[in-house]
Amino acid sequence: MGFMVAGLQTAWYRTGKLQHLRATKFFGKLFLINFAIGVVTGIVQEFQFGMNWSSYSRFVGDIFGAPLAMEGLLAFFMESTFLGLWIFGWDRLSKKLHLATIWLAAAGTLLSAYFILAANSWMQHPVAYTYNAAKNRAELTNIIEVLTQKTALATFFHTIPSAAFTAGAFVAGISAFLIIKGKDLQMSRGTFKLGAITMVVSFILVGVSGDLTARVMTDQQPMKMASAEALYDSTANAPFSLFTLGTLDGSKSVFQIGLPSVLSFMSTGNFNGVVEGVNDLEAAYDKQYGAGNYTPNIPLAYWSFRLMMGFGFIGIFFALLGLWQMRKGATPKGKWFYPAMVSLPFIPLAANSFGWIFTETARQPWAVFGLIKTADGVSAVVSAGAVLFTMIVFTLLYGVLAFIEVGLTLRVIKMGPAEELDYADPQLGGSEDRQLVMAY
Amino acid sequence: MEMTFQTVWFLLIAVLWVGYFILEGFDFGVGMLVRAVSKNEADRRAVLTTLGPVWDGNEVWLLVAGGATFAAFPEWYATLFSGFYLPLFLILVSLIIRGVAFEYRSKYGKAQWRQRWDVAIFIGSAIPALLWGVAFANIVRGVPIEKAASGSLEYTGGFFNLLNPYALLGGIVTLTVFLTHGAVFLSLKTAGEIRVRAQGIAKISGLVAAVAAVGFLAWTNLMLPEINARVLTLSVIVALLWVAGMAANLMGREGWAFIFSAGTIAVFVSTLFYALYPRVMPSSLGSQFDLTITNASSTDYTLKVMTVVAVVMTPLVLIYQGWTYWVFRKRVSASQIMNPEHGSLDAVSHILHK
Repeated sequence: MGFMVAGLQTAWYRTGKLQHLRATKFFGKLFLINFAIGVVTGIVQEFQFGMNWSSYSRFVGDIFGAPLAMEGLLAFFMESTFLGLWIFGWDRLSKKLHLATIWLAAAGTLLSAYFILAANSWMQHPVAYTYNAAKNRAELTNIIEVLTQKTALATFFHTIPSAAFTAGAFVAGISAFLIIKGKDLQMSRGTFKLGAITMVVSFILVGVSGDLTARVMTDQQPMKMASAEALYDSTANAPFSLFTLGTLDGSKSVFQIGLPSVLSFMSTGNFNGVVEGVNDLEAAYDKQYGAGNYTPNIPLAYWSFRLMMGFGFIGIFFALLGLWQMRKGATPKGKWFYPAMVSLPFIPLAANSFGWIFTETARQPWAVFGLIKTADGVSAVVSAGAVLFTMIVFTLLYGVLAFIEVGLTLRVIKMGPAEELDYADPQLGGSEDRQLVMAY
Repeated sequence: MEMTFQTVWFLLIAVLWVGYFILEGFDFGVGMLVRAVSKNEADRRAVLTTLGPVWDGNEVWLLVAGGATFAAFPEWYATLFSGFYLPLFLILVSLIIRGVAFEYRSKYGKAQWRQRWDVAIFIGSAIPALLWGVAFANIVRGVPIEKAASGSLEYTGGFFNLLNPYALLGGIVTLTVFLTHGAVFLSLKTAGEIRVRAQGIAKISGLVAAVAAVGFLAWTNLMLPEINARVLTLSVIVALLWVAGMAANLMGREGWAFIFSAGTIAVFVSTLFYALYPRVMPSSLGSQFDLTITNASSTDYTLKVMTVVAVVMTPLVLIYQGWTYWVFRKRVSASQIMNPEHGSLDAVSHILHK
């Protein structure tokens, strides 16, 4: 979303057309309402590893802490500082410098995503470490490898287009709503196109990188791929399952509809490739890591994987229909249009959420694959009651904040873009008696 | 002090906390004073506007201190944050509601909406200002830490262990010092009546803080196994800087007052870290259970990597954060706030810019 706003402001800077300024301010407002929640909930992330997962922190700190600290030092400072400059700098900075601040803030979000995904990828596929038995911890041997391993890169190139897809849907959905209400058509037609085309381009990239991610995953975490497909026995020409009815405990499937050989192709790049099944992997892991249960919750993995993809397809379908309906300045018709466009911003959010539910739960029982189990990562000194209590409070608090956030967002949308006049090039610094363009 | 990478990271983490307490220290103070220094909505909004562009960047110092502790001293990070679970939880909740309050408060003009967020800003500023002092005093004093069955050094006290008189006094010190620091910042950054009122508040709260801080520092010196000349010297410097700051405030020299109150915080935090070194979390159950820069640290390789990153990035961060303060260096006055009663999301708020 930061990049969308930066792009809109660049369009205004280049052309001087006021509809681009209105769009910058309008979507900027929505972006900031959202960003505030992102900032405050992010604080918890920095401390929760020590609070709830102290055994995990002791075990991985030598490696996992590094990208987290880098994220703070490289990304958080950049995002927060330049966003502050952008919000309050309209009448304090020259147009060019002010434009630069939003680009820098957006670049900060990209860096942030990169480091946190590198940290997460190390949990999916630990690399560049040695195990120190005396200290019972994993120790870093090569930071470059941690930051550039296949999983990290594949995940980054999968997550970033997904984020662009989400922002595109947000902009397109809201713009379509404005078009339906007949508000600022000059702006909203343009921003709809921008949002929808961003969705189309990012959808293709999500697909390509998703394919890559699936192959990396099959190679590194075969159990996850097998769970995603509810594939119990190793199979050549494995079908991609479209629908499965399984036993409730997820121990085997009863009925499946599938596309022949497609799974083999997805995971190995070869229609005849053998895809390992859950039962064989479980047996192999029992041998390797000692008797235990190494199978994640299969129905959850299976369905979250499908819902991730399903919501992605629904999103792109709506975007294309919207583009088609409004081609060459046509006015959208049909009863489906309004509900489709209003739901559009939520669809990628659902897809992203299911993607994360899938990739995190299907790694279970491991916190770091093959190294430390989630159950062994918890804080020994924190009681279950304390964890439950804080979880309840955070859930309620986040619930209330979400409610307020949605309320404010709807309010901004309802008001629509405000009129904007062009700015005279401001003098740096402002003076004591001049009114401020932006104040809290 | 032997210059190992562990010492470097101990120093760097101390620097991050110093930065955090100086910067968010005045944020907390201003947060507690929003209503006290204001007579009307325009005043309140002018007060909040002094923080608007910078509060988030100031808070990042805390996040980086947390991340750096994780990367450089995982055992410290794990023991501290799991041990001080509930106080930290309260701090996090406070910071969450406070941050949202800053961003959302002035969106609507409704008095009730704004009052509620003002309460959130007050509580969200006061609780961390108090609890950080409690937490740091406990660290310096030593808390029950033992070797657990797993072999790691774990905090074994409960929540109420942390509420001892020394720690509570530490909390009162940070609370009153930040309040005064915030008042001094406001007198430097605002114009008109707010500036006068802030100066008046700093005079009184500065005295209270002085009494609390002298008591706390004396206690800290007496608590050490033997009188440590350097800790004593640093404590005296803290007191002198504070007196200088208060004198500058009385004379209406706001710039100097701010420099001295920031200096006081810097030397105060340094004194605590100096008293700790080379321990990071002493155990009250015997020095064999102390967490130190050696037994809590990451490998030299990780510390080396992080040192490179810190050496390259820290100056850059200081430059662009410093630049922000330069851009927004002008005083803010209530007369600069357009339609103060009006929320940006109230109906008919099509503000035209010229």
